[in-house]
Amino acid sequence: MSSMDVIDKLTILCDAAKYDVACTSSGVDRSGKPGSLGNAAACGICHSFSADGRCIALLKVLLSNVCAYDCSYCVNRKSNDIQRATFEPHELAELMIQFYRRNYIEGLFLSSAVIRNPDYTCEQMIEVLSLIRNTYKFRGYIHVKAIPGADHRLLTALGLLADRMSINLELPSHDSLKLLAPDKSRDDILKPMGMIKTGIHENRTDLVKYKNTPQFVPAGQSTQMIVGATPETDYQIINLSAALYKKYELKRVFYSAYIPVLEDSNLPAVNSKPQLLREHRLYQADWLLRFYKFDATELLDEQNQNFNLLIDPKCNWALNHYDFFPVEINTASYEVLLRVPGLGVTGVNKIIRARRTGSLDFPDLKKMNIVLKRAQYFITCRGKSMLGIRNDPEAVLRGLLSKQSWELAGSPMEQFSLFDNTLSIEKGELYKCLTGQI
Amino acid sequence: MPYRSDIAYVYDGSFDGLLCCVYESYYQKELPLLIFSPDETQETIFPVKEISTNHAFAERVEQSICVSISHEAMRLVRLCYFSSEKGKEIVALNFLRLGFKLGARVTNMLSNDAVSKMISLTRFVSREGMYYKEFIRFSDYNGALVAIIEPKSFVLPLIVQHFCDRYPSEQFLIYDESHKHAIIYQNFKPTIVPLEDLELPEACETEVKYRELWKRFYNTIAIESRINPKLRMNNMPKRYWKHLTEFQD
Repeated sequence: MSSMDVIDKLTILCDAAKYDVACTSSGVDRSGKPGSLGNAAACGICHSFSADGRCIALLKVLLSNVCAYDCSYCVNRKSNDIQRATFEPHELAELMIQFYRRNYIEGLFLSSAVIRNPDYTCEQMIEVLSLIRNTYKFRGYIHVKAIPGADHRLLTALGLLADRMSINLELPSHDSLKLLAPDKSRDDILKPMGMIKTGIHENRTDLVKYKNTPQFVPAGQSTQMIVGATPETDYQIINLSAALYKKYELKRVFYSAYIPVLEDSNLPAVNSKPQLLREHRLYQADWLLRFYKFDATELLDEQNQNFNLLIDPKCNWALNHYDFFPVEINTASYEVLLRVPGLGVTGVNKIIRARRTGSLDFPDLKKMNIVLKRAQYFITCRGKSMLGIRNDPEAVLRGLLSKQSWELAGSPMEQFSLFDNTLSIEKGELYKCLTGQI
Repeated sequence: MPYRSDIAYVYDGSFDGLLCCVYESYYQKELPLLIFSPDETQETIFPVKEISTNHAFAERVEQSICVSISHEAMRLVRLCYFSSEKGKEIVALNFLRLGFKLGARVTNMLSNDAVSKMISLTRFVSREGMYYKEFIRFSDYNGALVAIIEPKSFVLPLIVQHFCDRYPSEQFLIYDESHKHAIIYQNFKPTIVPLEDLELPEACETEVKYRELWKRFYNTIAIESRINPKLRMNNMPKRYWKHLTEFQD
């Protein structure tokens, strides 16, 4: 086993890690230091983009895929007949440092299958990280996966070497987890999440006392869940995320459309397509929670449990609250402007800056590079709507949808109310046409 | 008194020279239609006036930009100078004239033509500077790191600090092929110097090994069922691919 080439190990262990979504390197600002290597930028830096368009910021690998567990949704499960590999800690440390020197990457994202038991796995990961931090004096970014079930002292040691720690929630509900991952329990996952949160808090108060206290996961913690493998609705998922942001103070929740890789009676068939558009909508909603001051209960409710695949969650909210609009660009507050479909945080900031120097009209907005394609239906400038804009929900919807999807949906306003979110688009063509847009 | 505008300026292409054009425009009450440097070929029917570079004048202009407008305005002018866009000098001049009239609030007047031109031009430059923190690849030649880039704007001054901070104990060279300049970082000190040409020896075995490892990683990390060439192209425009290790054969 140990005679295996590094390139083969890298292939196996990168392939096994690629379904992990998180690749951000953001959240800490740490400058370089003479005699050391590397720094970290709070905004995060991507270094490349893979053929699927996703950002590559970190060397994302497993330490090992020799797993003691048998979770049915996972490629690495014990009973699956695949090639196995394990990095020697020094091999991985050297590889990562050499990649970093060449500016291929921003740092390391280290996860692992459970080798023997959680504690042993955790110890191996600590060894890799302490080589990188102490021997190579690396000051760049490290994201590490906590291993559920490991001793909390080991997790603490791991957290002191990393910038961000995450624990995958895996599946959005207790029942789904029990069905598909019998070796993991919700408690095993939530307990360390709580522990990381307390760790961050205790460490912050320590820092006030002792300047040189090492920082415990300064970039916070994140999690990931698989969407589309089990029957949870968007409503359940987005409420869960909102609770995680509040209760566990997570920095990010990642969603990953389930990609069928295994045959299992409890899972969608291998030839079914990943729900990429649904995943996209969940991310949009997630942004609304974190940056646009929306509440989960505003986006969906008991009656409307899933996002409309035709239009984004913000447009959907706007059409459902049509009397909130139009808003006046020259007087509306920051929070109100953020609710306008098509206006993002940057656009709103520009408007606020520019209107201090004089009142704005539509041509002004265009000169400021503010895209009005969607926003035009929801705003006025100096009390007037844009010329030729019809302000009723049906016309707005028609304007928002591309001609193709409008026709394929067969004039949705007539056939069913678009405002009940139960619209299910199983028509393959429509799906393709819509995914083509994103 | 009416401004004379049937005139063109030629300057030496330096930053001080550009500020001297601003100086000249003010003191001679002229609004040149064109400002260019000798390496640009420009045809004009107007008389061309040669503006000589005077460091003291340039310093006075810089001072008054910072005092009468703002440091932010000065930052924009500097970024604008790094642009390779034709006519950038006129963009800077128009922006500054408005700034001297209105003061600090000029940088907020995003819907004004002179300001929005300045903003979009400088945004391109700073975005390119950001891209070259991401899409730059070093090779190890005997312990020294070397990278080659081909930017449109003169980005070396925008990235030098970042890489010095990142690799304090290394020696490195970043060669800008389009502007024939290089950052050389040696003995903990960076310098930006003109460099006509760069001949590199063949990569050693270890270097080739890491390139192969990186290419393997790059190709393995993509998920087949999500392949999305358009998204990749949006995130990483094709003109950056030329010098990226992952796209070399």
